[in-house]
Amino acid sequence: MRLDLVPRARRSPLAASLSPVLAFVTAVLIGGVAVSLLGVSPGAAFAVYFVAPLSELWSLQEIALKAAPLALIATGLAFCYRANLWNIGAEGQFVVGGLAGGWVAVATHGDAGFTVWILPAMLVAGTLAGIAYAMIPALLRARLGVSEILTSLMLVYVAELLLDYMARGPLRDPAGFNFPQSVAFDEAARLPYLMEGETLHAGVLVALVATVLATLVLGRSLFGFATRVVGASPRAARFAGFSEARLTLAAFAISGGAAGLAGIVEVAGRIGQLQPTISPGYGFTAIIVAFLGRLSPLGILIAALVIAVTTIGGEAAQIDLRLPLDLTRAFQGLLLCLVLGADVLTRFRVRLVSGATR
Amino acid sequence: MSLDTIQMVLVTVLTAATPLIIAALGELVAERAGVLNLGVEGMMVCGAALGFAAAVETGSTLVGALAGAGAGLGLAAVFGLLTVGLAANQVASGLALTILGLGLSGLVGAGYVGLKREPAPHLHVPGLSEVPGVGRLLFGQDAFVYAGLGLAVGVSWFLWRTRAGLILRAVGDDHAATHALGLPVRGVRFLAVLFGGACAGLAGSYLSLAYTPFWAPAMTAGRGWIALALVVFASWRPGRVVAGATLFGGATVLQLHAQAASIGLPGQLLSALPYVATILALVLLSLGRRQGGSLAPAALGRDFTPHR
Repeated sequence: MRLDLVPRARRSPLAASLSPVLAFVTAVLIGGVAVSLLGVSPGAAFAVYFVAPLSELWSLQEIALKAAPLALIATGLAFCYRANLWNIGAEGQFVVGGLAGGWVAVATHGDAGFTVWILPAMLVAGTLAGIAYAMIPALLRARLGVSEILTSLMLVYVAELLLDYMARGPLRDPAGFNFPQSVAFDEAARLPYLMEGETLHAGVLVALVATVLATLVLGRSLFGFATRVVGASPRAARFAGFSEARLTLAAFAISGGAAGLAGIVEVAGRIGQLQPTISPGYGFTAIIVAFLGRLSPLGILIAALVIAVTTIGGEAAQIDLRLPLDLTRAFQGLLLCLVLGADVLTRFRVRLVSGATR
Repeated sequence: MSLDTIQMVLVTVLTAATPLIIAALGELVAERAGVLNLGVEGMMVCGAALGFAAAVETGSTLVGALAGAGAGLGLAAVFGLLTVGLAANQVASGLALTILGLGLSGLVGAGYVGLKREPAPHLHVPGLSEVPGVGRLLFGQDAFVYAGLGLAVGVSWFLWRTRAGLILRAVGDDHAATHALGLPVRGVRFLAVLFGGACAGLAGSYLSLAYTPFWAPAMTAGRGWIALALVVFASWRPGRVVAGATLFGGATVLQLHAQAASIGLPGQLLSALPYVATILALVLLSLGRRQGGSLAPAALGRDFTPHR
């Protein structure tokens, strides 16, 4: 038996929109089998994972709060991945952004003179730090040809250790009974809440704006076009006069800036102080989100919501059904595998032919 | 410093290098066949979890090591099916496997957190193992260390002294030409990926069976990624993988000693050194090779779909 892939003349739009759905349904079915192997009824698990999070106001807000950083980071990553550039260090850029912005808040703590400017300054500092951190792998790739995959990932570990050091050392609250955390930020250094007495903060608006901006830039600008050409055919891009080096730097700047912004939004919104860890792996989960959303901003927004639902559901399942949290991570990894596998349907017609493997 | 102290340091260096050697050699074979497997970290951590679980259940280190290799092999089969069979993007698929592997290892290892086992037994040759200065280094290691070094010799011999090795390298350099000669491109690639995955799993089981020896979530701590960097650093040559891994093991041991001696530097800075060193090594390597061009297999990372 042999698997034959016959290339399609053009990408099938039907297959393109259906393949992530197909992948998701398959992942849910496999997840159901795994859950029943762990001794839990798949129906009950499905209800906890996918239905319960959608049925209450507080969990809906949690979904939006979890989806916002994922969508923001993944939208930035889409620029890189479309150009065949592999920034897998968004987690590090997220952490550095949160650290730099949080530093601003700690440095101006208790100072009444800065009140109006403090939040914008934090957001800018976080974004710039994310950009600067992403420039390391970008410059090494553009100037020296060093694999951006490995350098960007190594920098994640460095960023996490840096934050750990800063939160336990220089930025620790001196009056905090030796708890490894900074002072709680001033009111002026926190993102405003959207509804009185609820948890939803203005960070979700940032993600929505980013989605709109990215849709315009990717679909309607020369830069967006150049990104796609460099990714699809570097040779054609050279003939068209698009500079690969400049595009590398730009794509990394966008993804690094988005991740850094997401970092400070998380710190100034939900957390409200610096801690040794500020991310439950948003930077890595965002990679799944980017591909599940087929690298389009709108798709990414939907994918971020779906992944956020499974994450909230996973936390509930840990408490209600004693299902381990790693099950959620395995599910998300499996989902990405299936999304990538299903992608083949958009590019090829798959045929089973008898005969030897070639 | 006495001869025996030097020997002790060298022994620990070789111990720290062994998981890198084994994982990097497997990845080297896969990359020589043209497949970039970024799932090494996930395969390694699964090998560590399943290897430890199997060893605890059966009481046998050998069964543990085989189970670890099997775990890596299983994940590699998924990876091979995606990238070789379905021509999916290799970078993204590798990342997916790493995320999947980290999740699965947590599931498998959940019941074994906090358990401890005797480390894998060390070789003991009466007379030889007690020779001062070199006895423990040469004749007193555990089986994994010898397996790693043997693997380096074996891979080297296979790639440059056998017909199959020649075909494998040809597949990695020019898949279209190899296909035109009637050679099975996808079959070779799939086998190379399986070999790489089994090596990664074995390297992971070394961590939980001999190096620590216990299971802790995400205990590989980026070693799979460092192994990937080592392959680049070694310019796809097995001998240089061993040399690079030993250098790297040396740096790790140095960092551990510095932490223990508390020389006044923050622990986080010392912990970051291996990652910074990896980046620096890659930078220096490419600086040294500005003119020479890339030594990577020409078809590395490119998918292949035979059609007529």
